[in-house]
Amino acid sequence: MLRLILRDLRLVLRQGSDATAALMFFVLCVVLFPFGVGPEPNILTRIAPGVLLIAALLAALLSMERLFQGDFEDGSLELLLLSPLPAEGVAIAKVAAHWLVTGVPLLIVAPLLALLLRMPADQLGLLVGTLALATPLLSLIGAVGAALTLGARRSGVLLPLLVLPLYIPVLIFAAAGLDAGLSGLSPRPHLLLLGGMLCGALVLAPLAIAAALRAAHE
Amino acid sequence: MHRFANPARFLKIANAVLPWAAGLSAVCFAAGLYLGLFASPPDYQQGDTVRIMYIHVPAAWMSMFTYSTMAVAAAAALVWKHPLAEVYAKAAAPLGAGFTALCLLTGSLWGAPMWGTWWVWDARLTSVLVLFFLYLGYMALVDAFDDPARGNKAGNILLLVGAVNVPIIKFSVEWWNTLHQPASVFRLGGPTIAASMLWPLLLMAAAFQSYFFAVVILRIRAGLAARRVQTLRLGQAN
Repeated sequence: MLRLILRDLRLVLRQGSDATAALMFFVLCVVLFPFGVGPEPNILTRIAPGVLLIAALLAALLSMERLFQGDFEDGSLELLLLSPLPAEGVAIAKVAAHWLVTGVPLLIVAPLLALLLRMPADQLGLLVGTLALATPLLSLIGAVGAALTLGARRSGVLLPLLVLPLYIPVLIFAAAGLDAGLSGLSPRPHLLLLGGMLCGALVLAPLAIAAALRAAHE
Repeated sequence: MHRFANPARFLKIANAVLPWAAGLSAVCFAAGLYLGLFASPPDYQQGDTVRIMYIHVPAAWMSMFTYSTMAVAAAAALVWKHPLAEVYAKAAAPLGAGFTALCLLTGSLWGAPMWGTWWVWDARLTSVLVLFFLYLGYMALVDAFDDPARGNKAGNILLLVGAVNVPIIKFSVEWWNTLHQPASVFRLGGPTIAASMLWPLLLMAAAFQSYFFAVVILRIRAGLAARRVQTLRLGQAN
C-alpha cells in the first residue's frame, strides 16, 4: 500500500502539471475575489474563510477527475484490483496520494493567501487546522464520485453534480469553525464535528470507492 | 422478497394492485382536497396559508419514503442481485425528485408570507435541498453509461452513500435550532395538531402514497418492457 502511494507520488512529481495546476487554480481563484468584491479590508476579512474553503473545495474537485482515470485507461487499475491488496486498500492508497499531492500544498499556501485577504494573523493556525481536517474529507468524498463516474459519458460534468452536494456539510462546519474563531468564540465544537465526519468517512468511503472500482471492471 | 424476483409473478400481483392503488389515490385526493381546502378551519395564527401544509407535508414524507425505499432496493440489488430492485430504484427516482421539488416549492410559497422570506439556510431546508440534488445526481449517473448494468450499479452505490442524508433530514429540526418547526405528527406523546386538521393531512398522505404506488407500478412495467425489447433486439442482431 505504501508502495502504491509512493508510486502515485512519483508519477505526479515526474509529470508535475496536475498537482501544480490544482494549486495554481486555488491561488488564482482566491486572488480573483478582492477584484470581484472590492478591496475593503472589512469585507475581505469577513468573507476570507468562505473564499478560502470554496477555492480549496473547487481545487480538490478539479484534480479529482484524474484520480482513477489514467490508471483506468492504461489498465493498471485492473492489475491493482487483481493484486493481493484488497480493493479498499487500493482506494485508501489512491486517496492518500491525492491528498498528499493536492491537500498538503493547499495547507502550506493557505496562510499566505489568508494574509492577502486580511485575515488576522492569530487565526492562521485555526485556518490550517480546519483545512487539515477538511481537505482529507474532500479527497475521500470526491474519490467516491470519481470512482463512480469512471468510464461514464460526460464524466467531467457529472462528477461535480454528484460530489458538490456531498461537500456541503464539510463546507458548513469548516466555515462555522472559522467564523467562530474570527468572532472570538470557540471553534472547538465545529472542529470536533468535522473530525467526527473525517473518522466516519475514513471508514466508509473506502468501502464505497472499492465497490465502485469493482463495478467499473465488470 | 425473493419470491417477487420473478418479473412475471411480480407483474401479476402488480397488475392486480394497480387499479386499487389508482382508485384509492383518486378517492383520497378528492376527499383530502375537499377537507383540506374547504371543510377544515383556517389556523388561528396562519389563516388560510395553513392549507399549503396539506400538500407540503405529504410531499416531504414521500420524498423521504421514496429515497429510503430506493436505498433499500439499492442494497438488495448489490447484495442479492435482485433483478427488480434496480428497476424499482430507477422507476422511483423521478417521482422522488418530483415530490422533493414539490416540497421545496410549497415550503417556499408558505415561507414567504409566514417567515417573511422565500428561503432560509437552516439545517432542514439545506438537507432537503441536498436530497433533491442526490435524486438528480442519481438519475444523471444511471443514464451516463453505455452499459445500463454499469450505470445501475454505480447508481446503487451512490444511493447507499446518500442514505447518510436521510437521518440528518429527519433529525435536523431537533439537532439544530431551525426556523423550520419540529415534528408535530409522528412524535412521542401523540400528535399536537387538531383532529380537524389531522384528518385532511392523513388523507392527503394516503393519496400521495397510493399515487406513488400506482405510478411506480406503471413505470416498473415500462422499465421491464424496455428491458425485454432490448434483449429481443439483441437476439435479432445476432
